[in-house]
Amino acid sequence: MNAHNNVSRRALLTGGLATGFLLAFHLPLRAAVNEPVQPEDKTDGKFAPNAFIRIDPEGATTLVMPQVEMGQGIYTAISMILAEELDADWSKVQLLHAPANEKLYGNPIFIIQATGGSTSVRAFWKPLREAGASARAMLVQAAAAQWGVDPASCTTSKGEVTHKASGRTVSYGALAAAAAGQTPPKTPALKDPKDFVYIGQPFKRLDTPDKVNGKAVYGIDAIVPDMKFATLAQCPVFGGKVGKVDDRAAKKIPGVRKIVVLDDLVAVVGDHMWAAKKGLDALDIEWNEGPNAKINSKAIWDDLRAASAKDGVVAKSTGDIAKGLASGENFEASFELPFLAHATMEPLNATVHCKPDSCEIWTGTQIMARVQSEAAKAAGLPVEKVIVNNHLLGGGFGRKLEPDMVVAAVRIAKQVDGPVKVVWTREEDIQHDVYRPVYRDTIAASLSGGKIVGWKYKITGAAIIARWLPPAFQKGIDIDAIDSATDVPYEIPNVHVEYVRAEPPAIPTGFWRGVGPNNNVFAVECFIDELARKAGKDPVEFRRGMLANQPRFLSVLNLAAEKANWGQPLPARVGRGVCLQPSFGSFIATVVEAEVDEQGEINLRRATSVVDTGIAVNPDTIVAQVEGGLIFGLTAALYGEITIEKGRVQQSNFNDYRMLRINQTPKIEVHVVKSGEAPGGIGETGTTAGPPALRNAIYAATGVALRRLPIDRKLLAAGRKA
Amino acid sequence: MHMATTLTINGETKSFDAPPEMPLLWVLRDILGMTGTKFGCGIAQCGACTVHVDGKAVRSCVLPVSAVENRAITTIEAVGNTPSGAKVQKAWLEAEVIQCGYCQSGQIMSAAALLASTPKPDDSDIDAAMAGNICRCGTYVRIREAIKQAANGRQS
Repeated sequence: MNAHNNVSRRALLTGGLATGFLLAFHLPLRAAVNEPVQPEDKTDGKFAPNAFIRIDPEGATTLVMPQVEMGQGIYTAISMILAEELDADWSKVQLLHAPANEKLYGNPIFIIQATGGSTSVRAFWKPLREAGASARAMLVQAAAAQWGVDPASCTTSKGEVTHKASGRTVSYGALAAAAAGQTPPKTPALKDPKDFVYIGQPFKRLDTPDKVNGKAVYGIDAIVPDMKFATLAQCPVFGGKVGKVDDRAAKKIPGVRKIVVLDDLVAVVGDHMWAAKKGLDALDIEWNEGPNAKINSKAIWDDLRAASAKDGVVAKSTGDIAKGLASGENFEASFELPFLAHATMEPLNATVHCKPDSCEIWTGTQIMARVQSEAAKAAGLPVEKVIVNNHLLGGGFGRKLEPDMVVAAVRIAKQVDGPVKVVWTREEDIQHDVYRPVYRDTIAASLSGGKIVGWKYKITGAAIIARWLPPAFQKGIDIDAIDSATDVPYEIPNVHVEYVRAEPPAIPTGFWRGVGPNNNVFAVECFIDELARKAGKDPVEFRRGMLANQPRFLSVLNLAAEKANWGQPLPARVGRGVCLQPSFGSFIATVVEAEVDEQGEINLRRATSVVDTGIAVNPDTIVAQVEGGLIFGLTAALYGEITIEKGRVQQSNFNDYRMLRINQTPKIEVHVVKSGEAPGGIGETGTTAGPPALRNAIYAATGVALRRLPIDRKLLAAGRKA
Repeated sequence: MHMATTLTINGETKSFDAPPEMPLLWVLRDILGMTGTKFGCGIAQCGACTVHVDGKAVRSCVLPVSAVENRAITTIEAVGNTPSGAKVQKAWLEAEVIQCGYCQSGQIMSAAALLASTPKPDDSDIDAAMAGNICRCGTYVRIREAIKQAANGRQS
């Protein structure tokens, strides 16, 4: 899909325009009152050659952000890419969040308008460069025509066109009107990366200044005049319905205005969240729990294990697996990963104003257009009658790739006169997530002459793609579930990969930072370490031996080993573990150093990652994403598990769904390798790297080969037989 | 009906009606429209709601308004007017600490209170003061670095 090619000026936004570095995060057809005042934006008189760029006569350069900012720094990276090819004046750049418009702003990898899967830079790299280059060419044509010179004799820099021979210079702003009349080039010439002036420099982020002083407005912060506040309870048992509700006590609570009872949820509307919360606590709700009240974790695991014994759909088969397994000593293992909640720091929320003929929404979502269409269904309105004002996201991690929080808010808002802000409690957020599914991976491998000659790998787990992006679910294969399983970096002559689709009953499952690779990189890298030990080899050496034709992997592995002091002596019960991963189009090696105390508790000492992500658009963001991603992954490895009893999630808040904290955080070093290759993805890579590297460090420290997360400390206590 | 409550927030007097047990967090956010202070957990486990009361970092999600009458409340919107708050904000941007930013109001309030009481904190001081603040994006390494930068007045 070429988002930049099918742009009509008429379709361009009619939304707000921020000034300076103020960010206009949505199309404020009606802004929330606490958001920056934005003068009305009209494309008339502006140079608006495509969906992403508009330049006004004063030179203000508005860049429209097709991907959402949830902390990953994408607003700055996208701006740098556009500004690079446009040769924009960085000080005149201002940002606008794209509205819901799949045609203009669809992610070229997903087709739909979604931010996720570490795809933003990979997917938009070419279209954004072309959009910038095309606009630049039109500005040059306009200047050259005015001067009567050959466009090829003009140069551009910092928002100006220059004709050196005659000493003339004109600003982009002054050319705006004339450029609009130019014909865009068929194939705009892109810069040679050696000429980049913005890309590759560590730029300060555009979104952070307002995040140090409370000015940044997240979805949960939107203030709409006369709005009420609501919080909700869904049946604690998945799929259960509301039975009877006794609201007499709740109605007596000061500030409670309304009780909304729908078939599957109850909400209390009040003057503020406190009244709503107190009101909800005071309700006596009888739930019809339904058949799912019998579901528990043990049964889910029994079912998953049974499913994993079946044959799956073949996702890859090279060489002759039967021969491969027969030609060496065989080893087998299985690895299991739990349900996980996302726990974005910003609890789920949406503010909605439903009127008979329209519906307006203020929220922060990773899926603008889908939220709009799902909200329209819930509101019973045509899509064009639903306006979604997107905001900064207080974390996404895949949770906001789902529209359920918006749909629930719309259904509640339909029962309320005027706007209502629906905020989930943290307990509701943890207990009604769309969870990272449980996975089980079984591996059989054969070793001969110190090398792997056969590798049979089977993934068993939910097919998120089948629900989330049905056209991409082909021939029974979930392309996400097999990601990083079919492309292991190692040279193995006989490889066979299968996928068994196994949906847990009633538990909603979805994408969680790191998606499919979280599962596969863990199982693959843990088992590679076990095989290294069987082969009597050092884990790094063992991997090197299978990377002769993989220079990028070999280079990051060697550098990571060097930076992490691989091979240097360590105290007792301290180990280093390595992880090499092919995920998200980046080449990353990570070494974690950890200590296991006598009780089996883990002390994270150090983490080192070496990253070859191709061209690093904003290198400091790359470092930050890997640092944070490692913490996210290590948190899951140490603590993350959602368990089910009587159809309910047993965890509820940060006291029992724990997060890593600063006092447990190791030293982290991230080294970014210079590369001229096309950019890879980065947002999820650290998350994928952390758990296997830690597990392998524990393996090195204790000899215990953990095969399940989260880490079971009981297995690691001193004196226990490895 | 409840009595009108008067609080001093960022040096300004604010009067409003609220039940005495209502946590300060919701007064700030939902009555006064001061949304810089964030809701994260509601049980003082995450620190997103941290404000200063008489210069000390406290979790506003469990702090009844009745407990803070006649005390000086400072929020993220005005912490930059204090010397330690200004230093922390500057260091936060220089070290490019922030990712999604949702927890950072609370992180900055905790760090500013730390520096006000302990101008040269060591690692264990930082751990003690900051372990109550969760960052889901995992910016802890840079938070530590930024606190040290702020303490040393280092220019980058």
